[in-house]
Amino acid sequence: MLRFALAGNPNSGKTTLFNSLTGSTAHVGNWPGVTVDKKEGVYKKADKPIAIIDLPGIYSLSPYTPEEVIARNYVLDEKPDCVINIIDATNLERNLYLTTQIMEIDVPVVLALNMMDAVEKRGDKIDEKELERRLGIPVVKISALKSEGVDKLMERAYEASQTARKGRTVIEDTALKHLISDIQIALDGQGVLNPLFHAVKLAELDELEVLMHKEAVNMVEAFKKTHIDDTFGDDFEALVADARYKYITKYFSPALKRKNKDKFVVTPSDKADKILTHKIWGIPIFLAILFAIFHLTFSENFLFLGGLLPENWVSLKGTAFEGVFGVGGINSPGVTLMRLVELLTGTISDLIAGWLSTSPEWVSGLICDGVLGGIFSILGFLPQILVLFMFFSILEDSGYMARIAFILDRALRKFGLSGRAFLPMIMGFGCSVPAMINTRTLADEKEKLATVRVIPFFSCGAKLPILTAISGAIVASFGVGNVDLITYGMYLVGIITALIAVIIMRKTTLNGNPPPFIMELPAYHAPQFRNLMMLLWDKAKHFIEKAFTIILASTIVIWFVSHFDFAWNFLPDDQMQNSILGGIGQLIQPIFTPLGFGSQLTNMGWVFAVAALTGLIAKENVVSTLGTLAACLVGVAVDVELDGGVLAVTKIMEITKIGLPALLAFIAFNMTTIPCFAAVAAAKSEMPDKSKFKWTLVFWISTSFIVSSAIYLIGTFWWTAFICLAVAFIVALFVRAYDKKVQAKGEK
Amino acid sequence: MIKTLDKFSIGESGRVISVSGERKIKRRLYDMGITNGAEIYLRKKAPLGDPLEVTVRSYELSLRGTEAACVTLEVIPNA
Repeated sequence: MLRFALAGNPNSGKTTLFNSLTGSTAHVGNWPGVTVDKKEGVYKKADKPIAIIDLPGIYSLSPYTPEEVIARNYVLDEKPDCVINIIDATNLERNLYLTTQIMEIDVPVVLALNMMDAVEKRGDKIDEKELERRLGIPVVKISALKSEGVDKLMERAYEASQTARKGRTVIEDTALKHLISDIQIALDGQGVLNPLFHAVKLAELDELEVLMHKEAVNMVEAFKKTHIDDTFGDDFEALVADARYKYITKYFSPALKRKNKDKFVVTPSDKADKILTHKIWGIPIFLAILFAIFHLTFSENFLFLGGLLPENWVSLKGTAFEGVFGVGGINSPGVTLMRLVELLTGTISDLIAGWLSTSPEWVSGLICDGVLGGIFSILGFLPQILVLFMFFSILEDSGYMARIAFILDRALRKFGLSGRAFLPMIMGFGCSVPAMINTRTLADEKEKLATVRVIPFFSCGAKLPILTAISGAIVASFGVGNVDLITYGMYLVGIITALIAVIIMRKTTLNGNPPPFIMELPAYHAPQFRNLMMLLWDKAKHFIEKAFTIILASTIVIWFVSHFDFAWNFLPDDQMQNSILGGIGQLIQPIFTPLGFGSQLTNMGWVFAVAALTGLIAKENVVSTLGTLAACLVGVAVDVELDGGVLAVTKIMEITKIGLPALLAFIAFNMTTIPCFAAVAAAKSEMPDKSKFKWTLVFWISTSFIVSSAIYLIGTFWWTAFICLAVAFIVALFVRAYDKKVQAKGEK
Repeated sequence: MIKTLDKFSIGESGRVISVSGERKIKRRLYDMGITNGAEIYLRKKAPLGDPLEVTVRSYELSLRGTEAACVTLEVIPNA
């Protein structure tokens, strides 16, 4: 099968073209060793099917970002039959800069001039015949959005792929030209493929090439001694880049006939920007948009209409759809979808439970609670994850995401992060899974890793029940504070933990300056429905795959250990304390002693250990486990659904005699420890490096122990606050000393 | 008049004379079209005063003050 690679700048319409060429045949994976998307699909309209490979969006073939290295290596090593270089015609000069580099490779190239409609709308014209003549490669006008010219493009690409093409360079500087052709001849003599491309990159002393062709480096160094450029000295990288742009403005740009000669024209996009990145209104507008997104996804009182509606108006009490559209208020679209999925999965569960009603209890338990319960509880997240993901994709697609980064960069730089890191973190308040997937927009690997690690500390929607149940019980039993205050306080603990952890990581194990922020602010445009749906379909597929593999296996294991004792006798729900999990809980109970819910609770401490363990499947389980345990230990039926688990936790508090500081420590532990399986799986797929993933688990466990034990200690013995402060101070000193050492090393 | 891009005020434009700084940053600036002779127009600053938004080669680019300090330009007097 012929293979055509799609290359082009970010925001050039590459994804749209890819979707229009391949339809639903595309599948997404990761390039080996990195988490940059690898998309492949098939173009079926030709005589023979043609494979289309979507290379990452890049501005250059320099060796500084993983995307650039991937695109470059793909074209050089995998030798596609043709490279389709898609160009944003509204932005000809910068887009052609990449073209001048691709042209140096011995591969057939076809230029796709996209967004011509926008150019024509401005009254400008591009003479594509002229451009084709000057570039020496076929040029086809297309509209990726309307799928116009796409088949013509593929025809020309097919024609081009039938004959070999020799690389050509646009560098005209005579001295540099000599050096390049000398290296080219030397490399050609050694049988190196694509000698011209390598020769140009060697003249730039490109980091990757220098390692590959040591002998040629000597030629460059020798040449540099004799030749000093008037403007650039011996900075050949500058000389080459300058030569490319010079050539582009001289020969290619004239193909563009401008109607309006003004250099800086005010476009509708600029007008939108005037408001959206306004000096005063920029930040409030952003906060309002963020609030609207969370409201649409998670609110159970949509538009705050709850109080205005007659009772039972939306709840559809007594029908099959009871509660789907709301109870007191109207559910937001996100919650409605979730309730619909729950209705569906609930019906399936009931149906199967009905069939299994005559089978042994352990069989129905395994299938209904273990298998179905596990999968369904995870699938229950899917609608909200997708809705949240959809909104953030719209932000990304429309160009607003880049502006958010622009607005917030200054504030985040203090933590060693760039503006882009803000969104994934905030998304964490909704759900860690889409938040972790979103870290792909971070170019810097270390920044990305640090962000993925702290995302769980931004307490997600599923952790909220833990907060409300326990704070409710605290207020009821101890009569201190109020529920909201404790809840917000704990959210704050999570945020502060995240920020401190980021600073420490960025100064020690993941040290580095905030990554550069030289970033295009693309023109705003309406997001494309088809691209959006395909993206969501990919995410949903990926998530469901995960739910049916790792997550399913893990939930079955947890079900087994919580329903069997060590003698392999089946135990019903209310005897969970005798199960293997109960045994493990009792065994690991002592390690929670510094956190206040371990050995000091004597023979009841394992309750909290077990609840925390089941929280690894899904954080919702923490409260439901406490409910189950309360029921079997106290002997009172406790309906967790009824009051959000407040009564269950109150009962547990009575029998375990746990104190207030320990309860707060328990909340903090659940907030900062290893997140649910779905999030762990997401984190793992964002970290191709296995050791990084292991250290991430260690990081989560140790952070949760440090934070929770500090809360417990200070809460129980107030004077330990001084010890904690002293320890924190010493740690800060060490971190600072380490940072200085690293920086001193870096300066050498 | 000659000054670095971070010293520009909003609405000013200039022609690039030289780009300095760390290799990686320099290369990124070149790749994004900030090469000698390119015209840059300082469009705005972010609400917190940094980064900057400039127009270069008829598109919008954002960069931090520290990165803008690497770019030296000859100011083009406003007509």
